[in-house]
Amino acid sequence: MGELLDAFQIALKAALGFQAIFFALLAIGINVQFGYTGLLNFGQIAFAMLGGFGIAISVTQWGLPFWVGVLVGLAAAVVLALLLGLPTLRLRADYLAIATIAAAEGLRLLFRSVSATPVTGGTRGLAAFNRDFVALAPWETSKRYTLLGTSWSGAELWVGLVGWTIVALSCVLVFLLMRSPWGRVVKSVREDEDAVRSLGKNVYVYKMQALVLGGVFGALGGMVYAVGTGSAIPDQYQNAGTFLAYAALILGGAARVLGPVVGAMLLLFILQFADTGLRTLINNGVIPEGLLTATDVAAIRFVLVGIGLMLLLVFRPQGIFGDRREVMLDAR
Amino acid sequence: MLLVLAFGLGLAAFTPGVAQAAGEAVAGTLQTSKSGPIEGVEVVVETPDGDEIDTVKTDENGRWSVDVPAPGDYVVSIDPDDLPDGVTLSGEPARTVTVAEGRRQPVNLGLEDGSRGAGGGGVRAVQLLVDGLRFGLLIAMCAVGLSLIFGTTGLTNFAHGELVTIGAIIAWYINVEGGVPLIPATIIAMIAGAGVGALNELGIWRPLRARGTGLVAALVVSIGLSLALRYLILIVYGGRSNPYADYQSQRAVDYGLFNLTNRALFSILISIVVLVLVALMLQRTKIGKAMRAVADNRDLAASSGINVNRVVMVVWMMGGSLAALGGVLLGLSDQVQWDMGFRLLLLMFAGVTLGGLGTAYGALVGSLVVGVFVQMSTLVIPDDMKYVGGLLLLIVILVIRPQGILGSRARIG
Repeated sequence: MGELLDAFQIALKAALGFQAIFFALLAIGINVQFGYTGLLNFGQIAFAMLGGFGIAISVTQWGLPFWVGVLVGLAAAVVLALLLGLPTLRLRADYLAIATIAAAEGLRLLFRSVSATPVTGGTRGLAAFNRDFVALAPWETSKRYTLLGTSWSGAELWVGLVGWTIVALSCVLVFLLMRSPWGRVVKSVREDEDAVRSLGKNVYVYKMQALVLGGVFGALGGMVYAVGTGSAIPDQYQNAGTFLAYAALILGGAARVLGPVVGAMLLLFILQFADTGLRTLINNGVIPEGLLTATDVAAIRFVLVGIGLMLLLVFRPQGIFGDRREVMLDAR
Repeated sequence: MLLVLAFGLGLAAFTPGVAQAAGEAVAGTLQTSKSGPIEGVEVVVETPDGDEIDTVKTDENGRWSVDVPAPGDYVVSIDPDDLPDGVTLSGEPARTVTVAEGRRQPVNLGLEDGSRGAGGGGVRAVQLLVDGLRFGLLIAMCAVGLSLIFGTTGLTNFAHGELVTIGAIIAWYINVEGGVPLIPATIIAMIAGAGVGALNELGIWRPLRARGTGLVAALVVSIGLSLALRYLILIVYGGRSNPYADYQSQRAVDYGLFNLTNRALFSILISIVVLVLVALMLQRTKIGKAMRAVADNRDLAASSGINVNRVVMVVWMMGGSLAALGGVLLGLSDQVQWDMGFRLLLLMFAGVTLGGLGTAYGALVGSLVVGVFVQMSTLVIPDDMKYVGGLLLLIVILVIRPQGILGSRARIG
């Protein structure tokens, strides 16, 4: 029973930590693109990578201040969104999907290649770029604090506080945007592109704006992640990350302001709880070693997410909070 | 091809006893692939201050060896005038090496025999072209199924890469763990691949179509399936990469302009034969015509008496078995890995998009172009970035001609 409680506490910490913030921001970005506008961006993790490396490269390689690095990361994300959107947004939905997933994988391979090592650090990545940020914390960052029965370092708390503030501000922004005329146009693009066009709106421009905005949220998420882990490594940004964010969004409910946030917290809670729980069961010998070893547990989370994603889409595409009529489910 | 080489390491392996007895030494071999071992070249070994330790000539195997009195730095130099015609030094004529205690230090003096660079560039391009054709045919074989599935059902199947991996891994288990020769193992894997394809259709996609699930939802479901299968494979098979038991120790055969191992040659031949058979089937047989009819217009095909579900079933089985064969061939050249299919999937998409989504012949042409492009691009970009080039090509295609080479404008929406 005590072990179960431990697993519960560890999972609770995961649901509040910087990883949850990371996936929440990625999912907020996807929500703008997929949930509201109906764009299939399967390369969200590339925007996160650009955000994280924007800071890492600016600070460690170019010697720029931390905040300039943030701007560099955001600018890089905007440029990537424009580059991807220009050719594909006039085409059917699955072209954007293929182009974005290819771009994400291509960028990761580029960043980890030997030729890029002088800039990106190659497979080992970059570290030691968040000192300026951690120094801003109003409390002692080297001490440990106890919160809700879990132990946090000061730096973790600071990243968490700033991260959740960004998430809250992003939600407010999305809420206001979706109530505005812009939001109504974007939602009608999702429902019927031709109808919007016949009303004299430039659909292409609206889609592009949504893609850029979502990409910027993704870059912010990548920054929180890079600052939280204290390092930026290309292989942290695997394609599976994008799909975890999709799972979070669909779990919480697409086209709802708080859907992605609740989804991300819940997803990380479930994954961490399953992870710790399985490890405990294996260590106690409840699950025999031949069936599952401790090293397999890390892979299990992706199997769970994959199956969960399938089941959700088939049986409850609107997730927890969504409205079935609002969830874009048809190709155009 | 090129190469150079003073195989000091090889020498040390040949004569370990001498190396042990003699204490510290420097040694090497002078040879290139064209000239063979080079005999009679004078090798001078000096201390950094210029005191000569010894001067030796290479023997008939191109080898030389000099015992040195103590660990430390030594300068090894040769006289470029001793080298035969056509062979030049690619770097400096002298190299400084550090000899550790008790060690026989290999020295590599880079030699150039003219098979690379200005004169030999054509040869390398031909070699890459042939490699590219092999790779492109392999992509094509996997992608035909992807394209036909898209054409007949509208599904963009992100889980197609896992069909490739599953085929390769089934063959690996039968071949390596079961001890069955690779060719029967491949045939079993292809049958199993057809089964997996059929299972896909029966277990997931047919019920989903019956429920009226939209195409975007189906696409995300296929991503979930891909994710779950990929990591399930990781759990079962593990993260290591393994070769098949057969055909591993082949040497490249020289065909004049390019070298090819027999397994690569057979990979090309098998791909060509299989693809021609697929084309004949699509063109001549009843089921092939039905496939093209369903891909062209599903409702019209159904109303003219074609059993659409049966056609889709055959497409899935064919796609699964071709993907399995492609997986085995990929495993033969690059070893078997848990995520090999997923990495290939993006190149398959590039090929299918380039050729025109939904057309069988488009997938073939597009994949060939992508394969050749990916390999040939290593002429100008580093080897570990060649996939990046292929993915970049995909995005460039979408800008210039989104419907692909053989696709029709109407399909792109």
